[in-house]
Amino acid sequence: MATNVERDEATGTETTGHEWDGIKELNTPLPKWWVWVFYATIVWSIAYWIAMPAWPTGGSGTDDYTKGVLGYSQRNVVAEQLTEARTKQAQYIDAIAAADLEQIAADDELLRFSLAGGAAAFGDNCAACHGSGAQGFKGYPNLNDDAWIWGGTLEDIHTTLLYGIRWDEFDDTRFNDMPAYGDGILTPEEIDLVADYVLSLSGQAELSDAQFKEAAEIYAIQCAACHGDEGEGITELGAPNLRDSIWLYGGDKADIVETITHSRAGVMPGWVDRLDPVTIKQLAVYVHSLGGGQ
Amino acid sequence: MNVQAPGRIGAGEAAPGIEAIDVKPVNKAEDRPLYESRPPIHPKLVHGRFRSIKWAIMAVTLGIYYLLPWLRWDRGAGLPDQAVLFDFAERRFYIFFLEIWPQEIYLLTGVLVFSCLALFLVTAVAGRVWCGYTCPQTVWTDLFIAVERFFEGDRNARIRLDRQPWRAGKIGKKLAKHVTWVVIAVATGGAFVFYFRDAPTLALELLTFQAPTIAYVFVGIFAGTTYLLGGLARDQVCIYMCPWPRIQGAMFDSDSLLVTYRDWRGEPRGPHRHGQTWEGRGDCIDCKQCVVVCPMGIDIRDGPQLECIQCALCIDACDDIMDKVGRPRGLIAYDTFNNMEAEAQGGSAKLRLIRPRTIYYGAALAIVGLLILVGLFARESLEVNVLHDRNPLYVQLSDGGLRNGYTIKVVNKRHGEREMTLGVSGLEDAGVRILGEEGLPRFTAAADDVVSLRVYVTVPPQVAQSLTRESYDIRFTMTDDNSGDVVMHDAVFRAPGE
Repeated sequence: MATNVERDEATGTETTGHEWDGIKELNTPLPKWWVWVFYATIVWSIAYWIAMPAWPTGGSGTDDYTKGVLGYSQRNVVAEQLTEARTKQAQYIDAIAAADLEQIAADDELLRFSLAGGAAAFGDNCAACHGSGAQGFKGYPNLNDDAWIWGGTLEDIHTTLLYGIRWDEFDDTRFNDMPAYGDGILTPEEIDLVADYVLSLSGQAELSDAQFKEAAEIYAIQCAACHGDEGEGITELGAPNLRDSIWLYGGDKADIVETITHSRAGVMPGWVDRLDPVTIKQLAVYVHSLGGGQ
Repeated sequence: MNVQAPGRIGAGEAAPGIEAIDVKPVNKAEDRPLYESRPPIHPKLVHGRFRSIKWAIMAVTLGIYYLLPWLRWDRGAGLPDQAVLFDFAERRFYIFFLEIWPQEIYLLTGVLVFSCLALFLVTAVAGRVWCGYTCPQTVWTDLFIAVERFFEGDRNARIRLDRQPWRAGKIGKKLAKHVTWVVIAVATGGAFVFYFRDAPTLALELLTFQAPTIAYVFVGIFAGTTYLLGGLARDQVCIYMCPWPRIQGAMFDSDSLLVTYRDWRGEPRGPHRHGQTWEGRGDCIDCKQCVVVCPMGIDIRDGPQLECIQCALCIDACDDIMDKVGRPRGLIAYDTFNNMEAEAQGGSAKLRLIRPRTIYYGAALAIVGLLILVGLFARESLEVNVLHDRNPLYVQLSDGGLRNGYTIKVVNKRHGEREMTLGVSGLEDAGVRILGEEGLPRFTAAADDVVSLRVYVTVPPQVAQSLTRESYDIRFTMTDDNSGDVVMHDAVFRAPGE
């Protein structure tokens, strides 16, 4: 500290004694409270280094840092919270594991728990193909509607979820195999005729009597075994209804011609070896609740 | 003109028996360097009309603050019996007969706007009444000064004490003062937390260290700020921290009643000898009692200033002196700028309470007050929110029909269960179904709770084919099966369009 402090004549303020070209720097210090708060933050930061995880200690592992005397770790906090959440969920999870699907759907609490869990699991596992709102895309069915190729009861949906569709790994998978009629079974003209016939089932095409007779004959031989005499479909065989207004691969004539010529064979994985049974049950209840359930 | 006091007045006297105090108004704006620690102010105790009013207001406001949480209010079984309770855990605010849900927090906005306008109106009429009498900073500072005075004596004793070296007597007095301040501060913080949890329960929990940590944190915060702002910072809060002194200038006008030194009567000032004529001089004997009693450390004779909180203590001090020297009271008084002008010219005082400014503020106040009341009493006891599915917007059904999905949340604010039937109108032959309900779309709105419904609205094929637009307005109706009350909510039904 300077003992002989010089004061600036004009303002009466102390100078720092620093001088440049005859101009002296005035000493206008920060307010004391401000300085003390600043010191306090320094003390705080040092205490923080000691108390909390702070410095890397070399190494490349996830554990190479000073732990701090409080031993705080965000990872541990998350792990604890997860454990706590699982403990809280346990009663519902146990109940769902023990109940059958109808019982779950009938129980208010289990239904709500399943819908919440099912929606989360759906977002993680199913939304990639079926869409976040289960609205589907061409080739990936809309799960909100009431057209179910393999059945839309809770049990049907559960089975499809467990073993998938045309999923080689499981013998119980849902399977059928529509022939590609373009590979020498029908001529392009015949395929064209059958496509018109299929459209006529839902009133979207007109055929002359002669055409109708010929087309009906081809349909009866080639298609009726699976799709039914009237085109109403057979759920057990996974053969879609051809009379309704829902077309998985498109309902234009061109789409239908392509379907008949090359066939379609969409695949859905089975989840029995990927998700736990409770999650699959929750998913079944959730998908059934979307509005399409039978 | 400069009137000198004749020699008969003793040194240090403004008039016989009246001490002329050598006091510097430390917060006078031009004498206040920025880089200086705060010079202490030792306000002297004053007696009089406004001091009495201030004691009364202090008693009432502190009484309300400390005691209100302990007031009980019977709301029936299962509900809290505290008259004023802001229950964040259960998300309900109870204010006497009112029960406010979080959804109604807009009422708080209304109350804040109302308070703001009330402040404007009062300021336009009578200046900084809020600052001078009811602001917590003023009330607690007043209380802390009273405590200081109790332990350390009045102004002169306090000044002497501060100059003394630190000996046992001084340490004892200072310690007693600060301990009492801390006790008051902790009680202030304590009273605050009682507004948020059942007071008797929480008091017991606090004393036995069973209370939630957050309660202690808030007691600590409020105790700390009370001690700091009321005990140590005092006038600095008003002068440096508070924005209101800067804003209130916009609410004054020439007809606002402000604490004013009537300079036309007081000047020229100077000491006065008993028996000496009052001709040719002002009534101010320059005794500086107005400065000595000022808690803000200013001289009111310098005119209106930002530092003045208009507590009117200088009026009491000056009236006392005027009585003693035999001059009329009111050298310092509540007066308006216009009156001052008129009186200086020998005219008479006239008070204009009704003027455009007060009419505007009054009208705005009335409108906001009315809106709050309407909002309060037009509250629905059943609140409905309808959320249309965003993905997919609509679902085509195999028979050609169309279906839309909705999530409907129903808030039942009554303390009784309600059986409701859901209906939909606006579309021909539209059917409505609640997920999980067989048959009729009925549901139970549990008492004092929110129920979430998954709802499907379906139109048959022939209607679906006639929908040419992408969006149709529909209306959900919820009918109380018992009372027949109907609550409606508008929504849309989406279709593919052309």
